[in-house]
Amino acid sequence: MNAPFFKFGLFGDNVSLIVAFLIGIGFGFFLERAGFGSARKLTAQFYLTDLTVFKVMFTAIITAMLGLFYLGWMGLVDLSLVYLTPTHLVPQIVGGFLLGAGFVVGGYCPGTACVAASTGKMDALINLLGIILGIVVFGELFPWVEGFYYATPMGQVTLPQLLNLSYGLVVFLVALMAIGAFAGATWVEKRMAARKGGQPS
Amino acid sequence: MQADVQPLTAEQVGAHTHHAVPRAPQPYTNPYLAGFGLGLVLLASFVIMGRGLGASGAFSSLVAFGADAVAPEHTRANAFYAEYLGDHTRHPLMDWLVFEVVGVFAGGFLSGILAGRVRMGIERGPSTTNRMRLMYAFAGGGLMGIGAKLARGCTSGQAMTGGALLNVGSWAFMMCVFAGAYAVAYFVRRQWQ
Repeated sequence: MNAPFFKFGLFGDNVSLIVAFLIGIGFGFFLERAGFGSARKLTAQFYLTDLTVFKVMFTAIITAMLGLFYLGWMGLVDLSLVYLTPTHLVPQIVGGFLLGAGFVVGGYCPGTACVAASTGKMDALINLLGIILGIVVFGELFPWVEGFYYATPMGQVTLPQLLNLSYGLVVFLVALMAIGAFAGATWVEKRMAARKGGQPS
Repeated sequence: MQADVQPLTAEQVGAHTHHAVPRAPQPYTNPYLAGFGLGLVLLASFVIMGRGLGASGAFSSLVAFGADAVAPEHTRANAFYAEYLGDHTRHPLMDWLVFEVVGVFAGGFLSGILAGRVRMGIERGPSTTNRMRLMYAFAGGGLMGIGAKLARGCTSGQAMTGGALLNVGSWAFMMCVFAGAYAVAYFVRRQWQ
C-alpha cells in the first residue's frame, strides 16, 4: 500500500474534491451524532457541567494519532507526506485565546456552526456570518498584521522533535494522559451535578 | 434549573428550541463512540489525502472569492487573499476545504434528520432574548474568524488535525482555546441559563 494515496498520484485534483465531499459528510455526521449541533451542549464544557466536547475531541485525536502511528510503523503510510502546518507560536497562542473566547460567546466553533446551521439553528447561521465578517476584517487588516502573523516561526515541528523523545513514546504518553483525563472529566461532571443539587448522571 | 447542571440530553436541548415538531429527538451517541467515528474520518483523510480536516479555511476561500469579485485589484494586491485565490488557473471555490465543508453541512443534516433533531429555531437559555442571543452569536463568530486566521486554522484544522499529528503549534493553540473559553465563560453565562 502506497499511502497517502493522493500524494502517490492514485487520483487527481477533481477526484480529490469528491473525496473531500465524502470525508466532509463523515465529519459532519459524527459531529452531529455527538450533540455538537447544540450550542448549549458545546458551551456546557466551559461551565464544567458536561465535558462531552473534551471527551469527543480527545477520543478523535487519540484514534487518529494511534492509527497513523501504527500505519506508519508498518510502513503502509509515508508520514513525511502528511501535511503539517508550520508553527508560528505567538500568533497561534493569541489566535487560540481569541477563538476560545469567540467559541463561548458565540456558542459554536466554525465546524460545529456548520452542523448546527444544517440542522436548523438560526443562531449558528448568524455565527457563520460573524466568522465571515471576522475573516474580512483580518483580510483587510492583513498588510498591518502581516509582521505579527509571521512572527516566532518554528517551522514544521512535532512534539517528539521538540522534546527530543521518540514518536512512539510521545504517542504512548498522550494516550495515557487522555485516559486519565477521561476519568477526571467524568469525576468533574459528577461533582458538578452533586454540588448543584442535581442527580449524578 | 436542575436540568442545566447535568449533561444535556437531546430532549432537553430540543425543549428550548422553538417550533418543536411532534417527534421526540433521539439521544446523542456516546461521546467515546462519536469521538472514535470522528477519529476514523480524520485518519481516513490522512491516509487517502495526506492532509487533515478543516472548516475555517473554506470560509477564507469564500471571502477571497467575494472580495475578488467586488474589488479585484485591491484583492490581488493583498497577500492573504492571494493565497486563497491561487494562480487563477482554478476557480477559488474549486477547493478541497470548500467541498469538505459542503459535505459537513450534508453530513450534519443527514445525522440530524435520521435522529429527529432537525428543527428551525434559535438556541438559547430561557432568561435571554432571541435578539441578545443573535448578537452574541455574531460577535463570537467575528472573534473566531480573526482568531482562526491568526492561528492558521480552527478547532478542526489545528486542534484536532494538528493534535493527532502532535504538531507543536496546534497543541499550543488547543490549550489556549480552552483557556480563552474558560476565561470568558463567566461573563456570558446568562445567555445559556
